[in-house]
Amino acid sequence: MKTVIFVILTAAITNNYVLVKFLGICPFLGVSKKLDQATGMSIAVIFVEVMAAAVTWPIYHKLLDGGINFTYMETTVFILVIAALVQLVEIILKKYIPSLHKALGVYLPLITTNCGVLGVTMNNISDGFNFRDSVLTALGCGLGFFLAMVIFSGVRSRVEEARPPKEFEGLPITLISASIVSLSFFGFAGVLTRIFG
Amino acid sequence: MMSIIVPIAAVTIIGLICAVGLSVASAVMAVKEDERFPAIRECLPGANCGACGFSGCDGYAKALLKPGTKTNLCVPGADTVAVKLSKLLGVAAEDVVEKVAVVRCSGDCEHTQPKEEYHGIRSCSAAKLLFSGSGSCAWGCIGMGDCAKVCPQNAIYMEKGIAVVQSAGCIGCGLCAKACPQGIIAMIPDTAKTEVLCSSHDAGAQTHKVCSAGCIACHKCEKSCEAGAITVAGNLASIDRVKCTGCGKCAEVCTTGAIAKADFSGAHRFEKQA
Repeated sequence: MKTVIFVILTAAITNNYVLVKFLGICPFLGVSKKLDQATGMSIAVIFVEVMAAAVTWPIYHKLLDGGINFTYMETTVFILVIAALVQLVEIILKKYIPSLHKALGVYLPLITTNCGVLGVTMNNISDGFNFRDSVLTALGCGLGFFLAMVIFSGVRSRVEEARPPKEFEGLPITLISASIVSLSFFGFAGVLTRIFG
Repeated sequence: MMSIIVPIAAVTIIGLICAVGLSVASAVMAVKEDERFPAIRECLPGANCGACGFSGCDGYAKALLKPGTKTNLCVPGADTVAVKLSKLLGVAAEDVVEKVAVVRCSGDCEHTQPKEEYHGIRSCSAAKLLFSGSGSCAWGCIGMGDCAKVCPQNAIYMEKGIAVVQSAGCIGCGLCAKACPQGIIAMIPDTAKTEVLCSSHDAGAQTHKVCSAGCIACHKCEKSCEAGAITVAGNLASIDRVKCTGCGKCAEVCTTGAIAKADFSGAHRFEKQA
């Protein structure tokens, strides 16, 4: 149980994909304007990351690394498989759970193999995680993305009301505030290993 | 040679499996959509303003598939859209009452003064929380442009501290009327020729004290109107659109200039003339 919590928290906070590893920045900057869109996007990301991790782990270890040795094709195969998987899930959701499909709707195809999703799956392999830890890490990364999105959409709405100087309006001030939020996340480095170690 | 062929073949096979799986899935689990839906959706302007009473253009298009939904509800689309929809659905077209937004306040900085200096968030709804806005008149336009921000046509601009709607650019979606915390933006038929440009329900003396352009409820317009279209109720004149002939006498006799005679033709009427 302790390791489960440790793996999830590490992925969500100390190794936050957006704010510490700088992956998945495009949706982070793109849809963090409004809180409801940010949550919709984050839930879709959690969903896709967990599924992608669950599918790519066996593919790597049973097929790429096991059967015919061509691990260097990892990136290509992962993109291909995840993209197809997201499409498949979208079709299934549309048919059987229309309400969930409507909620995730536009966000699902948007994050088809974005760098965050691909990064989680590839880091799982390079870090040598087993299947359980891979899925847990993916879940943690999704939750970390959710956390970052919610925090940042709050920051952004305050920044917009603060009326920055004309030169900084729009993307510049967004990037500056993103970097400050990111700095605050670097403060977590080492905290978890001290608690659980 | 094998080191090239094997990966190519493997990736191709993986891709093929994915492709076959997807096409089978999409065929097996296809959701039946009414084939008229895309065509109907195509007709609608896509402003998603909600003036029709449904949740955006998709919502209206879906509602139109059921018989009995009226085809003349799209205000921004006006007659052209109503005619197209009716043709598609095979029902008789009904005329759309084109609307245009009017800011019912003439209290610009020449006619009224602020009662406080406001330094908070630049938003009418925020400013209203402090003593109903910074203007002397609690009913009038606050002038921070909440309406201008939501206008999809950029037809609203701020002049001398109040919002002004450029009728010629207004498509009548009514988003500004919903955004205005004072509730002083009215959607009137664009055939209107006269309009009371004041929303103050204060007694005449009080209104006059804070704003020289407000309706002081002197009843002059009521008496001068030959059609009997004007009534003064709650210290504010209002015009009955059905009875009004658009003669403009009320605007002539109005002592404060709170009634305006103007051309309120919106974007659609201009299109028709052109």
